[in-house]
Amino acid sequence: MEFLSYLISGISLGSIYAIIALGYTMVYGIAKMLNFAHGDIIMIGGYVSFCSMYYLNLPPIVATLLAVIACTVLGIVIERLAYAPLRSAPSLAVLITAIGVSYFLQNSALLIWKAAAKTYPPVVAGAVQLFNGQLTISYISLLTIAACIVIMLALTTFVSKSKMGKAMRACSEDKGAAQLMGINVNSTISATFAIGSALAAIAGVLLCSFNTSLMPTTGSMPGIKAFTAAVFGGIGSIPGAFLGGLLLGIIEALAKAYISTQLANSIVFAVLIVVLLVKPAGLLGKIVPEKV
Amino acid sequence: MSTILKVDNINVYYGSIHAIKGISFEVNEGEIVTLIGANGAGKSTTLNTISGLLHSKTGHIEFMGEPLNHVPSHKVVSKGLALVPEGRRIFLQMSVQENLDMGAFSRRGGNIDADMERVFEQFPRLKERRKQVAGTLSGGEQQMLAMGRALMSNPKLLMLDEPSMGLAPILVEQIFDIIKNLHKAGTTILLVEQNAQAALSVADRGYVLETGKIVTTGTGAELLASPAIKKAYLGG
Repeated sequence: MEFLSYLISGISLGSIYAIIALGYTMVYGIAKMLNFAHGDIIMIGGYVSFCSMYYLNLPPIVATLLAVIACTVLGIVIERLAYAPLRSAPSLAVLITAIGVSYFLQNSALLIWKAAAKTYPPVVAGAVQLFNGQLTISYISLLTIAACIVIMLALTTFVSKSKMGKAMRACSEDKGAAQLMGINVNSTISATFAIGSALAAIAGVLLCSFNTSLMPTTGSMPGIKAFTAAVFGGIGSIPGAFLGGLLLGIIEALAKAYISTQLANSIVFAVLIVVLLVKPAGLLGKIVPEKV
Repeated sequence: MSTILKVDNINVYYGSIHAIKGISFEVNEGEIVTLIGANGAGKSTTLNTISGLLHSKTGHIEFMGEPLNHVPSHKVVSKGLALVPEGRRIFLQMSVQENLDMGAFSRRGGNIDADMERVFEQFPRLKERRKQVAGTLSGGEQQMLAMGRALMSNPKLLMLDEPSMGLAPILVEQIFDIIKNLHKAGTTILLVEQNAQAALSVADRGYVLETGKIVTTGTGAELLASPAIKKAYLGG
């Protein structure tokens, strides 16, 4: 029973990683860049929802919606101002810019909301008791897992079926050819950032509800772990991000429970190294076969 | 016969390299026009400039009486100009059907399904493989898909960049038969080829490019018969 409860907490932690990783992987797949500011958008989403609930007394669902809107706009603005001008620059320049944006967001948050951690009120309280109270699952855990599954299914359907989703896949393969089809590559990339940032906002609300605390560096570590999850599953692959996120969360939770809390992160990254040694493209990533 | 495409004295640079040096030519409605020339003569550069992937520093491009110079490349296709790029550049990870859908991306309404049927009639092989991932097609099938995809935009002018590249002789023949069929069906074609023999034998008119300049022009038959062309491009 103990194992089951660790497993469930791992799955819900992993679901948060997966939601963040989906954003990473979408942006990487289409814009071919690692948006290291992605984690900080999570933090901004956390603060926006926090302020909406704490200062404006709005219900959690409205607060979440506001966070999603704010982050979507923020994502589009960041892409337009910081990344779009570097479209043909070397990838190193884009990477460094992304790190710069990350620090910019963190320090802005520090300026506005100060360094002290805020106590974040979970968006749903309470828990369900199973097996005569031997197993307790919080509602926030259930909500997180459900949200992750819904998001994953919606995103997969969107990318495989919708016109915009197909345009995104076309852009990810060959931007020049996509342009010849009449696809506006710039607005497709913007849309990708919008989706990724909206997901980051949702992840932010869930993460803060989980940790019940919030500070300007809240997004950093989950951001890096979700990036790891995306690479673990195969960067650029949507099911890969989902699988990578879940596995990472489960490994982390079990390592914390049975091996050592201090070593948990090291174990997570050690597993990543082993996986990449065996499967360099990640679990579900594929090295594209090309016919000439 | 009205002029559908008019290229007037364009100059294109790659950085400091002057790739196209004042080229002018035109394509009339219903014609097959070919640009031939050796590697690096500027044939692909010319097509890429017309379709907006590259930009000319000076000069003028007009399509159906409208200037094309400042039209962003993603809007060129909806004006009725489609390019089958060099190396096909189909979307290898998408299915045949999805590739064709992408070809019709810029169209709103119109009879897309009927055009899809027409493409399948022209390329029955694509119909058999519509669910298959494009990366698993053979070279010739990929070329057919690239052409079918371009046709899905219902173009007034179809530009083909080296459609015979890397194909076995029998497939080259097949591709040129298709070009002739498209022409019969009323599509205007601008064809870039290294296979000068094949290109000139289907073309109404041809232009010969050498290091970024047009050096000769004439009807397909005239160019085929010209001793200088024979010597330089036809291996004899």
